[in-house]
Amino acid sequence: MSFFTQFDFSVIAPSLPFLWEGLKFTAKLTLIAMAGGIFLGTLLALARLSSITPLAMVATWYVNLMRSIPLLMVILWFFLVIPIFTGKPMGAETSAIITFTAFEAAYFSEIMRAGIQSVPRGQVYAGQALGMTYWQTMSYVVLPQAFRNMLPILLTQTIILFQDTSLVYAIGAKDLLKAAEIAGKNYGRPIEMYVFVALVYFVICFALSYLVKHLQARTAIVR
Amino acid sequence: MIKIANISKWYGQFRVLTDCSTQITKGEVVVVCGPSGSGKSTLIKCVNGLEPFQQGDIIVNDISIGDPKTNLPQLRAHVGMVFQHFELFPHMTITQNLTIGQVKVLGRSKDEAHQRALQLLDRVGLNSQADKFPGQLSGGQQQRVAIARALAMDPICMLFDEPTSALDPEMINEVLDVMVGLANEGMTMMVVSHEMGFARKVANRVIFMDNGSIVEDAATEEFFGTPRSERAQLFLSKILSH
Ligand SMILES: Nc1ncnc2c1ncn2[C@@H]1O[C@H](COP(=O)(O)OP(=O)(O)OP(=O)(O)O)[C@@H](O)[C@H]1O
Ligand SMILES: [Mg+2]
Repeated sequence: MSFFTQFDFSVIAPSLPFLWEGLKFTAKLTLIAMAGGIFLGTLLALARLSSITPLAMVATWYVNLMRSIPLLMVILWFFLVIPIFTGKPMGAETSAIITFTAFEAAYFSEIMRAGIQSVPRGQVYAGQALGMTYWQTMSYVVLPQAFRNMLPILLTQTIILFQDTSLVYAIGAKDLLKAAEIAGKNYGRPIEMYVFVALVYFVICFALSYLVKHLQARTAIVR
Repeated sequence: MIKIANISKWYGQFRVLTDCSTQITKGEVVVVCGPSGSGKSTLIKCVNGLEPFQQGDIIVNDISIGDPKTNLPQLRAHVGMVFQHFELFPHMTITQNLTIGQVKVLGRSKDEAHQRALQLLDRVGLNSQADKFPGQLSGGQQQRVAIARALAMDPICMLFDEPTSALDPEMINEVLDVMVGLANEGMTMMVVSHEMGFARKVANRVIFMDNGSIVEDAATEEFFGTPRSERAQLFLSKILSH
């Protein structure tokens, strides 16, 4: 009994508006990095699959580099290095958004590359035979199918991305985790706060993976 | 209309096509046959530049396919192609399959493209399927849609790569009927096919390929009468026996 009586979860309710602000940033970061990452990742995938060797090499090099550095290091690096190049200080939030977009692009590009390769060669021929240019064949024939085939995996990667956003805590960006830390300090109740936000992360991830399962079942029927 | 002049093609070290030459004049129907792996698909894909070749040239409607300055997409827009496995776009409805090229490549208005699509679906007997997806149609229906999709671009000639060989036997005729109709209207056609009944009925010439070479190129009656090469005789006897 004494173990539980040590906890005081009544501090959660008054901190909710503050935590909500943190969650809003976490969501914003996830959504921008997802959209930007998929867009840039698709371009990287097309570059890697292109017959223009230098383009393919640069893209491969970029993807492999990003995939072999720990995310936390990339976050810190970008935060320190970008202001040196731009000459003006950058907020932690902006830095986080740029970093995550650039980093996730590497992972999304691998998924899109597999997706593009999952579309049969004959589909490309069919598009070209109608007189479509490279970009038309890609945008109307190949990418829509690649995207549809990869939708469950793209969402799974987004769930991982959502969890990873908590790392921006390291540069002081006010995401959900940072908000919990601040609120925990203010009320002198860090453990309660961390338990609560863990629960929030869990519920959101659980709901998203349920959606993925649902989608997988659906695409399995259509195909 | 189509002039193939001394085409050779390699995949790495492997020579797929050896010095192939032939001509197809306007309104002519030419059937290409030959054993599996003899290079028929490769040759027909060279005609609209889907496959590059290393030697020789192909002239389609006075335009050189081998010339790097040629705008291949523009040329392909007027050369219809039908594939063994249909290659309809599975994420689009039948109507969208028929309009996408018209709208995006030819620049027709959506309405005009739609009109033309319905007209062609009617022609191949499939207007009741307009809003379905390719996956919901039988193989024979899909191939008829694929022919309609090519016709929607108002092609100057049509290329067919084994259009019936992936079909169940009972669906072959519905596709061949459409092709016979086209031939009778005077469409210029190059058809890779083992349907010798079709060849007899509408082909002006039959080309027999073996090992990447054109071994026999003869008028239809002549080809079915007495093929000159032994390989073609053997091939014919095998094909016609069943
Ligand atoms: N992308 C490729 N890379 C290497 N070799 C290839 C490639 N495509 C085809 N080939 C080879 O080229 C040869 C000719 O192939 P092609 O598909 O043109 O034959 P085909 O006469 O159409 O045969 P089928 O009747 O089986 O369709 C075959 O030996 C094949 O293995
Ligand atoms: Mg073939």
